[in-house]
Amino acid sequence: MAADIPVLRLEHITKRFGDVVANDDISLDVRQGEILALLGENGSGKTTLMNMISGIYYPDEGTIFAKGKQVEIASPRDAFALGIGMIYQHFKLVDVLTAAENIVLGLDDGRKLDLKKSARHIKEICLKYGFDIDPEKKIYDMSVSEKQTVEIVKVLYRGADLLILDEPTAVLTPQETDRLFNVLRNMKSDGKSVIIITHKLQEVLSISDRVAILRKGRYICDMDTKSANAQELTDAMVGRSVKLNIERPVPVNPKRRIVVKDLTVQGEEGVEKLKGVSFELRSGEILGVAGIAGNGQRELLEAIAGLQPVHSGEIKYVEDDGSEEELVGKDPLKIMEMGVSLAFVPEDRLGMGLVANMDLTDNMMLRSFRSGKSVFADRKQPHNLAEDVVDKLEVNTPSVSTIVRKLSGGNVQKVLVGREIAMAPTVLLTAYAVRGLDINSSYTIYDLINRQKKAGVAILYVGEDLDVLLELCDRILVLCGGQVSGIVDGRTTSKQEVGTLMTNLGGGIYAK
Amino acid sequence: MRNRGVHFHISRRNDISWRKAWGIRCAVMALAFLLCGLITMAATGLNPIKVYAAMIDGNFGTSRRFWMLLQNMAVLLSISLALVPAFRMRFWNLGGDGQALMGALGAAACMILIGDKVPSFVLILIMAVASIVCGMVWAAIPAWFKAKFGTNETLFTLMMNYVAIQLVAFFVIVWEMPKGSGKIGIINQSTQAGWFPQIGGNKYLLNILIALLITVGVYIYMRYSKQGYELAVVGESGSTARYVGIKIQHVIIRTMMLSGALCGITGLLLVGGTDHTLTTTIVSGRGFTGVMVAWLAKFNPFVMILTTFLLVFLKGGSSEITTIFGLNQSFGDIITGVLLFFILGCDFFLNYTISMSKSGKEAA
Amino acid sequence: MLDFFIRFIPRAVGQGIPLMFGSVGETLTEKSGNLNLGTAGIMYVGGICGVIGAFLYETGTETMNPFLGIAIPLFCCLLGSLLMGLLYCFLTVSLRANQNVTGLAMTTFGVGFGNFFGGSLIKLSGADVPSIALSKSSGFFAAKLPFAERLGWFGKIFLSYSFLAYAAIVIALAASYVINKTRVGLNLRAVGESPATADAAGIDVIRYKYAATCIGAMISGLGGLYYVFDYASGVWSNDAFGDRGWLAIALVIFTIWEPIHSIWASIAFGGLYILHMFIPAGTNLAIKEIYQMAPFLATIFMLILTSIHNKKENQPPASLGLSYFREDR
Repeated sequence: MAADIPVLRLEHITKRFGDVVANDDISLDVRQGEILALLGENGSGKTTLMNMISGIYYPDEGTIFAKGKQVEIASPRDAFALGIGMIYQHFKLVDVLTAAENIVLGLDDGRKLDLKKSARHIKEICLKYGFDIDPEKKIYDMSVSEKQTVEIVKVLYRGADLLILDEPTAVLTPQETDRLFNVLRNMKSDGKSVIIITHKLQEVLSISDRVAILRKGRYICDMDTKSANAQELTDAMVGRSVKLNIERPVPVNPKRRIVVKDLTVQGEEGVEKLKGVSFELRSGEILGVAGIAGNGQRELLEAIAGLQPVHSGEIKYVEDDGSEEELVGKDPLKIMEMGVSLAFVPEDRLGMGLVANMDLTDNMMLRSFRSGKSVFADRKQPHNLAEDVVDKLEVNTPSVSTIVRKLSGGNVQKVLVGREIAMAPTVLLTAYAVRGLDINSSYTIYDLINRQKKAGVAILYVGEDLDVLLELCDRILVLCGGQVSGIVDGRTTSKQEVGTLMTNLGGGIYAK
Repeated sequence: MRNRGVHFHISRRNDISWRKAWGIRCAVMALAFLLCGLITMAATGLNPIKVYAAMIDGNFGTSRRFWMLLQNMAVLLSISLALVPAFRMRFWNLGGDGQALMGALGAAACMILIGDKVPSFVLILIMAVASIVCGMVWAAIPAWFKAKFGTNETLFTLMMNYVAIQLVAFFVIVWEMPKGSGKIGIINQSTQAGWFPQIGGNKYLLNILIALLITVGVYIYMRYSKQGYELAVVGESGSTARYVGIKIQHVIIRTMMLSGALCGITGLLLVGGTDHTLTTTIVSGRGFTGVMVAWLAKFNPFVMILTTFLLVFLKGGSSEITTIFGLNQSFGDIITGVLLFFILGCDFFLNYTISMSKSGKEAA
Repeated sequence: MLDFFIRFIPRAVGQGIPLMFGSVGETLTEKSGNLNLGTAGIMYVGGICGVIGAFLYETGTETMNPFLGIAIPLFCCLLGSLLMGLLYCFLTVSLRANQNVTGLAMTTFGVGFGNFFGGSLIKLSGADVPSIALSKSSGFFAAKLPFAERLGWFGKIFLSYSFLAYAAIVIALAASYVINKTRVGLNLRAVGESPATADAAGIDVIRYKYAATCIGAMISGLGGLYYVFDYASGVWSNDAFGDRGWLAIALVIFTIWEPIHSIWASIAFGGLYILHMFIPAGTNLAIKEIYQMAPFLATIFMLILTSIHNKKENQPPASLGLSYFREDR
């Protein structure tokens, strides 16, 4: 095969979902033996594009060439036949089956199913590229990184020579990420091509040969990684130079509001999700929570909100007059009945914060439907609130009787935050408040949070973007493995310091 | 690679206009009736138009038939409405039959045991309480296990139907009249104690009024009450319910008790209002039919009046053609089945659109 | 005591075999993620189609060929059940209708279909009892091993059954083997657990769902055939098949989706079903009715038990009851 024929060529690919154009006229080449990073913000259409290569979606327009020939990829089976394998962000594994069973799933070599033979072949692959899995182990007993390994072996087992990885590092620890990158380099030297979808610049720079950038469903440009720098990439990705310039007023008269002491939360099978967490949250300040996803952020917020059983420790709510009340062991209703106005913007907006199939008015009611003695719920007030939120936060919706599932991510978040703030809370807990939002919506949310801060609300802000945390928060609490690895001043700390704390308990040593 | 030339592409519809939706529905119904006509012709050689005419006659032909139609609708409607709160909570209550049967048992027990001891209107009140309690208990049992352990409610409620049937069979033998006949016969034939009073000389009017009352009641409950809102939240998303402090277990049991109570009332209507006896088949599968009535109407109580009418009409019509054409009574079930298949299939066209795309170029 | 077993076990088996067919068929169906509540109706259709076939053959010919006497009803039964399976798939898989409601509608239809044609045949045959007897065909179906009689109690307990009974056991074993040991079975399990995963692995989800459900329906249909031609000695009377279809569905949970368990579980349920016939003479008739609750109470008990001990392996296929649409976001 001539080296200059791309393994894969996309020409003028367009994909629409209803009125939304997810991919607009995208053309892209993938060369043999290269690691191509596909860079773009959330919602820029990276995953959609890759889903069309792997046969999950079918493009509305455009053509695909594999090794110079025009091909038609109507199903994942077609993709396999072309040597294309995708590793999804949400693993596509069957929980109750073993690793080996998952790996041979859907294959048919015309012979009898022989899992022992497959297991030997799996071991060979592991040896060749440098990872390790137990073929007999059931998926539900595996850690996230083990599952990802199974996914990668699965596509290699099928003889894929083009691997697509969708945000593979989002769920990994730094060590696991390093190991993964080594595996990818081994594949590259074996002549395989790799596409890695990501929005982390530092990863792009460390692993890829070439980077292609998407923005809002459009192809922007591609460049050799060697000649690219972070600023250039960011500019291309977001379309303009990012200077966040988030307002950060100095807290006025901060008072203790929530005091957490030695909080320990156990997950399923007694795994400690939080271990001896202590901190205080003060009125009129924003306390940021940083950490790699899955290091106890969710459990921390849910424990305070009364949704997570606490194993040991205490969570005290401090009134203005200094009297304290214990929140541990109380459910959200009890906490509310105690007169504690605690707003919570959870990570899972449509699954927890809102009811996806109800309209705006009914969603506004979630917090207020109990008010009054009548057996009937008051819909007048929630209706007014819905109109108010739509009006003030510029929610883009046909009407307040549209079901929220039909709104876009940013609008959904505005509805949720709008409702929570309308409770006039004294404590506001937010998890990934701007995830998946465009820049403008993000700023609207920052602004809302800041306004609450100025009104004296104690805010716990769990975020993933360090730049935002550093500009928005007064103090930053860093979680690592369910423990507090440090609490730093947002005004004086550096990205390096927080990043190190995220990956090291105790911090101190700069890892890289 | 395969090149299929033409691709059918199915995608979710965002919105469909009210008019278009009903247009599609009506067209599908018409198609279904047409097909049923053809089946009739093929199976029996009869002229389908005559058969349909007979069905209409069977339901509307005389005022007695018309009242029967309304009365049957009342019973089916009330049991279907009983299922609505449970279904809105995504609780598959297939136990409507059993719950109604227990209600009937409670009512019949009162009529038999204390029929001659208290005045009739007091008796009717006691019957009402007894049947509501019986239905409630029968529904609360699977609900409790669902709430506590997540026990599969579909099969649990289903099995409770058969337990109820055997329980009634037991009491039928205990109370059989005359001894050895294996059935109860008309209860309180002479005194009419516990029989619903006739309103304006009409035997069934009270049943119909009660059913209408339940319709309005369920509509208001589901749409305006706090409890109705709560159970809808629980049905849509358990974690949202927990997030706002709704006690899910509590709501499951409460809602099922309501569902069971309404089923119990249906049993009361059957024993006190129409049949004045107790048999194991008194509910005759209306609990299942009710599932379909409620589902087809998308749980809207007023639309359910229409779907009830449709199913009762077919049932009544088929008993008429039984006598006229010597066809079998079960013919109605076949037509009902076919109609249901069409309506079930029809939803697809309301929720999805199919588009065709041609890829003209040949694969190299 | 042995005498009791000789009387009890063959009857329990006779009751158990239709349940075995039904539950094995339903297990196969559920493994693909389809919860087919129409099984009750399918078994009716299977039974009546066999009856129609046998009736036409018996009345249409003077001398009956034993092979055709079995093949014709068998073919009709399988065809009828297959069509029901196809209908279910078309509605729930292709048109994504709700599985529970579709199942109930199919039961309404299937029972109506059975009773309608059953009733029509009864009328045609001019019988003065509300049933139709196909004793000749039944004779072919119920033929037992010739040497069973000579083997005393052993023969009576283990060998006194017709070929369909043994076929049920073979099918259950085969289903277990296919599901657990073959490529097709692995793929099928994946489809039922997570259709999106199976799809991404290149498995044709729609085809698997159709195939498993249709084959499952045909197996279930055989339960109806066995009931009429063997258990009921070729006598069809309307509604006689009763609630066995629902019990078969419940048995699937009892057997934790393993057809092999269905062999003993069905027979045990068959035993519970006829328990009331074996209570001592002279007992109050009413008590008999209470005894008849046994299989239903056992089902409830087992439902509760499996929900309390929820082990990961013993759970229903994760996508059971849900329809699959690849592009759902």
